Amino acid sequence: MAMTLRDILNKLLGRQPASATTARERLQLVLAHDRSDLSPELLEQMRREIFEVVAKYVEIDLEGGEVSLETEDRMTALVANLPIKRSIKPAANPPSKADESEDQEPSETKEAEESKESEAGESSD
Amino acid sequence: MAPTTRTILICSGKGGVGKTTLTANLGIALGRQGIRTVVLDADFGLRNLDLLLGLENRIVYTAQEVLAESCRLDQALVKHKQEPNLALLPAGNPRMLEWLKPEDMQRIASMLADQFDYVLIDCPAGIEDGFKNAVAAAKEAIVVTTPEVSAVRDADRVIGLLNTQGLSPIQLVLNRVRPKMMANQEMLAADDVTDILALPLLGLLLEDEQVIVSTNRGEPLTLTKSNSPAARGYANIARRLQGEDVPLMDPAKEGRGLRAKLWQLMQTKIF
Repeated sequence: MAMTLRDILNKLLGRQPASATTARERLQLVLAHDRSDLSPELLEQMRREIFEVVAKYVEIDLEGGEVSLETEDRMTALVANLPIKRSIKPAANPPSKADESEDQEPSETKEAEESKESEAGESSD
Repeated sequence: MAPTTRTILICSGKGGVGKTTLTANLGIALGRQGIRTVVLDADFGLRNLDLLLGLENRIVYTAQEVLAESCRLDQALVKHKQEPNLALLPAGNPRMLEWLKPEDMQRIASMLADQFDYVLIDCPAGIEDGFKNAVAAAKEAIVVTTPEVSAVRDADRVIGLLNTQGLSPIQLVLNRVRPKMMANQEMLAADDVTDILALPLLGLLLEDEQVIVSTNRGEPLTLTKSNSPAARGYANIARRLQGEDVPLMDPAKEGRGLRAKLWQLMQTKIF
């Protein structure tokens, strides 16, 4: 994002940014959603599911993870930034659904457990 | 037969951003260059092109009678008194919208293309049937927008639809620019809008009170000897359409005092 002297001055003085800057930022965000036709709720759901899938293979930093839509030149891209703590298994042996549950380390199943819990919660209602 | 006829849709999505005014002024400006031009009012629901051109009292037949074959095309065309190279094909009755199809608009556009070098189609606001009919008839497009979030957002929707219909080129006209507000960063800059919409800028038009005066009279600015900022802007757009290399006006350079220079320094993007 481009910065001008005025932007810096405004930041230093704790003033509101110029309204054109606000307009630009708001437009970029709303257009990314308009163009992809994804509602914020759907995006959030997709984000959760992406985290779940990735968490099967590598241990990711859930706090630092980020999935967002970005646009440039009328192209909208889904950008996922998922910091990896460490891989769970050697890459040569990709986990299959069947044997996965047996030899997992406790930390990495966090996401899976959470989803199990929520499922259990839903069914008990 | 004129195989090189350019059929250009003038659209915006949002209403009230200056489509019809641009159509009228471009029509006159092109006509003054000796180019045979016709403006087609495709806004059947809320027609106004006749009013801006001062031709509202001279309409006998409309596109409706032409399509129904109850009159010939040349009977429906209204020639402009002061600019004989320009003609208007008026919009028909709003009830036409009930049966009008994209093929009907295509038929009208190809009839006009036989007789004129430029066919400018004044598109209705919105993205419903009226818009779709007008798009079907055009080959290229000019999207008009103002530096406001709502107008830019609607323009983006329209550009997406134009792209899927294969119109090309699609060019942008930024209307109602206020240089002072832009310099103070209280209005989206031209670069902001072209970056966001990813379209080449065909022209930039300053907010100009003379536009209101000229619409009051039914005499487009390009028809009069006016040298107002908008009059120059319209004329420049017509010249660029004709392939002439006319430099774009830089609103930031409108002010030349020390204060303006200081402001410019403050707006320079440093990283």
